[in-house]
Amino acid sequence: MARPQFSERGDHIASHEPIRVSRYRGFTRANHWVTAACLIVLAISGLALFDPALYFLTGLFGGGQTTRWLHPIVGVVLFVSFALMFVQLWRLNLPRREDAKWMAHIGDVVKQNEDKLPELGKYNPGQKFVFWGMSGLIILVIVTGVAIWEQFFPGLVSIPVRRIAVLVHALSAVAIILVFIVHVYAAIWTRGTLRAMTRGTVTGGWAYRHHRKWLREIAARDNKGPAE
Amino acid sequence: MKDTASGPTTAVSNPPVQPTEAYFDQGDITRISATRNVPQPDRELTKLAKLIDVSKCIGCKACQSACVEWNDTDPGVGENVGVYENPHDLTPDMFTLMRFSEWENPVTNELEWLIRKDGCMHCEDPGCLKACPAPGAIVQYSNGIVDFNHDNCIGCGYCVTGCPFNIPRISDTDHKSYKCTLCSDRVAVGQGPACAKACPTQAIVFGTKDDMKAHAAERIEDLKSRGYDNAGLYDPEGVGGTHVMYVLHHRDQPGLYAGLPEEPRISPVVEGWKGVTKTAGLAAMGIAAVGATLHGLFARPNEVEEHDEIEADRIVDGQEPRDGGQL
Amino acid sequence: MTNAWTDIKNTDLVIVMGGNAAEAHPCGFKWVTEAKARRGAKLIVVDPRYTRTASVADYYAPIRPGADIAFLMGVIRWCMENDKIQWEYVRNYTNAAFLVKDGFGWSDGMFNGYDEETRSYDMDDWEYQIGDDGFAMTDPTLQDPRCVWNLLREHVDVYTPEFVENVTGTPRDKFLTICEMIGECSAPDRVMTSVYALGWTQHSKGAQNIRGMAMLQLILGNIGMMGGGVNALRGHANIQGLTDLGLMSNLIPGYMNIPRDTEIDFETYIAGKANPPLRPNQISYWQNYSKFFVSFQKAMWGDAATEENDWAYDYLPKLDVPTYDILRMFDMMSKGEVNLYFCQGFNPFLSFPNRAKLLSALSKLKLLVVMDPLQTETAHFWQDHGIYNDVDMASIQTEVLELPTTCFAEDEGATVNSGRWLQWHWPGATAPGQAKPDTWIMSNIFLRVRELYRTEGGVFPDPIVNLNWEYEDPMEPSPQELAKEMNGRALRDVYDLADPQKLLVPAGEQVSTFAHLRDDGSTMAGCWIFAGSFTPEGNMMARRDNSDLGDTGTFLKWSFAWPLNRRILYNRASADMKGRPWDPERTLIEWNGEKWVGFDVPDTAPTAKPEEVMPFIMTHEGVGRLFSRKMMVDGPFPTHMEPFESPVENVLNRKMRGNPAARIFPGDLEQLGTSADFPFVATSYRLTEHFHYWTKHNKVNAALQPEFFVEISEELAAERGITKGGRVRVWSNRGQVWAKAVVTKRIKPMVCDGKQVHVVGIPLHWGFMGAAKKGFGPNSLTPFVGDANIQTPEYKAFLVNIEPAAEEPVA
Repeated sequence: MARPQFSERGDHIASHEPIRVSRYRGFTRANHWVTAACLIVLAISGLALFDPALYFLTGLFGGGQTTRWLHPIVGVVLFVSFALMFVQLWRLNLPRREDAKWMAHIGDVVKQNEDKLPELGKYNPGQKFVFWGMSGLIILVIVTGVAIWEQFFPGLVSIPVRRIAVLVHALSAVAIILVFIVHVYAAIWTRGTLRAMTRGTVTGGWAYRHHRKWLREIAARDNKGPAE
Repeated sequence: MKDTASGPTTAVSNPPVQPTEAYFDQGDITRISATRNVPQPDRELTKLAKLIDVSKCIGCKACQSACVEWNDTDPGVGENVGVYENPHDLTPDMFTLMRFSEWENPVTNELEWLIRKDGCMHCEDPGCLKACPAPGAIVQYSNGIVDFNHDNCIGCGYCVTGCPFNIPRISDTDHKSYKCTLCSDRVAVGQGPACAKACPTQAIVFGTKDDMKAHAAERIEDLKSRGYDNAGLYDPEGVGGTHVMYVLHHRDQPGLYAGLPEEPRISPVVEGWKGVTKTAGLAAMGIAAVGATLHGLFARPNEVEEHDEIEADRIVDGQEPRDGGQL
Repeated sequence: MTNAWTDIKNTDLVIVMGGNAAEAHPCGFKWVTEAKARRGAKLIVVDPRYTRTASVADYYAPIRPGADIAFLMGVIRWCMENDKIQWEYVRNYTNAAFLVKDGFGWSDGMFNGYDEETRSYDMDDWEYQIGDDGFAMTDPTLQDPRCVWNLLREHVDVYTPEFVENVTGTPRDKFLTICEMIGECSAPDRVMTSVYALGWTQHSKGAQNIRGMAMLQLILGNIGMMGGGVNALRGHANIQGLTDLGLMSNLIPGYMNIPRDTEIDFETYIAGKANPPLRPNQISYWQNYSKFFVSFQKAMWGDAATEENDWAYDYLPKLDVPTYDILRMFDMMSKGEVNLYFCQGFNPFLSFPNRAKLLSALSKLKLLVVMDPLQTETAHFWQDHGIYNDVDMASIQTEVLELPTTCFAEDEGATVNSGRWLQWHWPGATAPGQAKPDTWIMSNIFLRVRELYRTEGGVFPDPIVNLNWEYEDPMEPSPQELAKEMNGRALRDVYDLADPQKLLVPAGEQVSTFAHLRDDGSTMAGCWIFAGSFTPEGNMMARRDNSDLGDTGTFLKWSFAWPLNRRILYNRASADMKGRPWDPERTLIEWNGEKWVGFDVPDTAPTAKPEEVMPFIMTHEGVGRLFSRKMMVDGPFPTHMEPFESPVENVLNRKMRGNPAARIFPGDLEQLGTSADFPFVATSYRLTEHFHYWTKHNKVNAALQPEFFVEISEELAAERGITKGGRVRVWSNRGQVWAKAVVTKRIKPMVCDGKQVHVVGIPLHWGFMGAAKKGFGPNSLTPFVGDANIQTPEYKAFLVNIEPAAEEPVA
């Protein structure tokens, strides 16, 4: 059987009355929240070491020394966790032709002129941007993070490289936090989204409104599935 | 109090043998790592400096042993790897190190064995302090001494990144950063640094920076009279000058001395990191967060509408809305 | 040292040859840097290696180990050729004008009268022509072909720059540059100082190396001058004190001699020490020998030494051989001729040559007693330490007793530095554990032995039972008591010899000068040269006034310098025949018309007229010796001799091996290697990070220089496939060692007699005890042969081979 084009195989109509579409299975959701928790810890601990004005945040972890050893270890956890997510999500995050049209109509997205927007698969280009942005940035922070990880890799790179690494690490981290803000806000602004990551399902209306091709594909699968 | 040292004493003169009160203390700190708006002391201490005359140094390592003794460190018994440097590098237990360079002078065709005592330069503009994220882990006194306060050190290694001279070393055991303190504890009570005290040829001398510069000028004149036309003082401006200075026979080629930097300065990368990146980054994050919040408060949320549900029903169940009449 | 450490600051030129002052004497070297910084003095280093001293030198030249005499004679020749002579000094203050007996001559690199059988010269003709008046004959015009000056000119004629280059490997241009720098110091207002150490003494002709420099300094007029002199840098804080106190098998304190067995009675002995002057008006101070000797005997045996029993002369041991030096003792030991060996303040198992022979020698002892603050290799010679001490423990039956002693920092007393300063010191720490001062240990042994002699008798108990032992606590004489005893005191009232009414020292009082010692039993002094160190005014050695009158560097109120607090020996020679200083800038003493005055204690009688009494009061002639008469067994002039193991033949006499007058024991000769099997010259030395075999016990020193290594040139490394930091095996005909290789530009191959000569540098400091990594000393490799005159082992030039070795197997 050919791979579905706009959905994962596991995505299905969870209930008909009312319509609920299963978007993320439990494992993926747990995976997401571990990653999110790591990212929050990393952001707080990282910011504490980034700017002295935020150094007080180290208090949350029991002081500077703890923050110093905890941050990179959580970083590794995040990296592994995100990598797992990446494996699950990358395929449907590949760009498609209709994404360009959506991007061109970004103003209509904000203004909610839904009729002017193309029909989309499981992810819209904004979500794809978050996904790929995070993927790239996380590789940058992990690589540069290891390079400046004094405790375990003190002499891994030369000091000039280390300086660049620390700068890139900081810039990437800032970028991650910006992407994170976009991600969180988009999830909140677009009502009905959060439940996808909490309960795992979305309403049919939400699916229709935002990811119509995804819905269509699942619906089609749902219609003939049990019959065959 | 009579026995209070009025200021630094040079290693050349005999320091007081009576116990003295500290002539500088925490109140004389002018810069503190990761701390803005440090209250400036009322008085400014005379600037100090240690002068290392490389042309007088015989590489005996008395300074190294004095440093180990005074700071009570244990560099451990290593091995010989075919060179005279032991330990082989600065370590958290070895704050100063003689570095030996054999150089055949292409002008004279004579061999020169250049021996430089490596260690913290006590920059006027210290890269370590700039890079340090831990408030109070690195301080600078108004006399120029840059000192680490290990109670506040978190062992992140940013000072290593910030230092233009590759000096601080992080301990594997207590995860704190170590380097030469310029014997701030000795200097405070009128003694010179332990290394200067131990130096048998007075290649290391200590005193006010002005005195040391004057002394260096004499030494440079002597060296020039011996054919070292490029003899000079290493007090690099790029870091605002240093409180550890070298008299070099070949001031034009500091790299000969085991890679002493030509024009050290805090790396622009580090400046960028601790400067514009920090400001711009925080600003961007702040704007994004505030922007999102405002948009969330005042803009219309993107809500699923009734007809979306109807259309969904149509697609999923292939039927017209059952309660279409309600439209 | 003729001068003092502090005096080096007064010099214009420092020549470091046969030493590595910065490395081995870093604290004293401060005075060299002082001279450079304040006077613009120049520093020359001549050494097989580019040393730490060379790193701060103005001029460096390499030299093949063991070729120093050729270099020095070459410099003397150059000075004569180029008229770089302090003529007035040479004419008046040296024996240049003295006429030498006709029998003295030199050919084929040897002096007349050599007997191969006995390895000795017939020295009868190494003497002045004596006139009818009983004085030596001279020709002040220096015209007579038999005068010392012309003989010397003839002697050094062969040492042309070409010859020097060929023998020493020193490039000719460098040699000539150094000649010119040295030659400038023949001007009365230019002064050179020579500082040397074991790089000159540890040769089979070590004493002649130093003679060579002494002669050069006389020719330049630099002896007795501020900033001049010939300065032995002693390798140990108190080794000067060791020789001062006569801790040699043939000496008693104050450089007096243990009698030979031919000196059958006091009369014979003392007749040989009459020392009449060889020129009119001269002091010849050793004429007073009997006063010092009798005072010594009184110090030893007190009331038991009487005029009737010849001051207990018979109590002294009599030597049947010239010396029982360490080489002879260990040779005897290896033949089973020694039962008990007391080893005090020594680590012979690493310090003496040919460790394999030492091991066999120590293994034949019945009892070995080691008194030391540290656990020495000597005390553990029987212990198996793998390759580092590969012994069959079961086969060694020697009983070893280790008696822990205090170290210098834990006890009180004086040490004598190179400049003859007796500096008192106080304990800085309490001795650990059961450590006891050496005096406590020796006293306890002595009192027990004496008790045995008293109760059980013996062949000749007198010297033991009558030994003067008047200490408050006989079990532990105090340092003050011992110091006072060495200084000496009046036993009866001592009157002025010229004015019998004038009381000089009342009975019981400390003497303040050795001039007050008498040979009638009225005085005692344990070490006459220390007289004045502990006077009625107190302990002069404990003085710490660092004021320096005239900024001369004499520091007369700091501690005490023997003799009589005199800081520069022969300082009378710093002034001309009228008593005016040669260099007014360097006024040390001067004649004011009636007496000598100045900043140092005059080294002559205070009222000795300058034009009559010559400066060298200890010699019979009153002048310095360019020609040393019979004082040295290997010649009155230094002549080029190769080391016993040399990569090249002696170009003056290709059949001659080593020093023809040096003693070598049967068996040791056969163990010498040849350049065919052992092509490389090895030389041993110290590193500044360590002191001998002590500091490897200290963690800090061990951290600074942790592991045994050898140094070789990049060229030799390439030739043998040795890598920097790699492990190598070095072996001689006597043993082998494994070491890390330091490959350096500081050693360069040189060309001598048409052959390329490579040098292998072998630092000492490592053994199998202590905190540092286990290693070897150079003595595993070195030959068992010493200097012809004083038996210092030949550590500075011997032959080895070298190859890369596998890494040490991990145990």
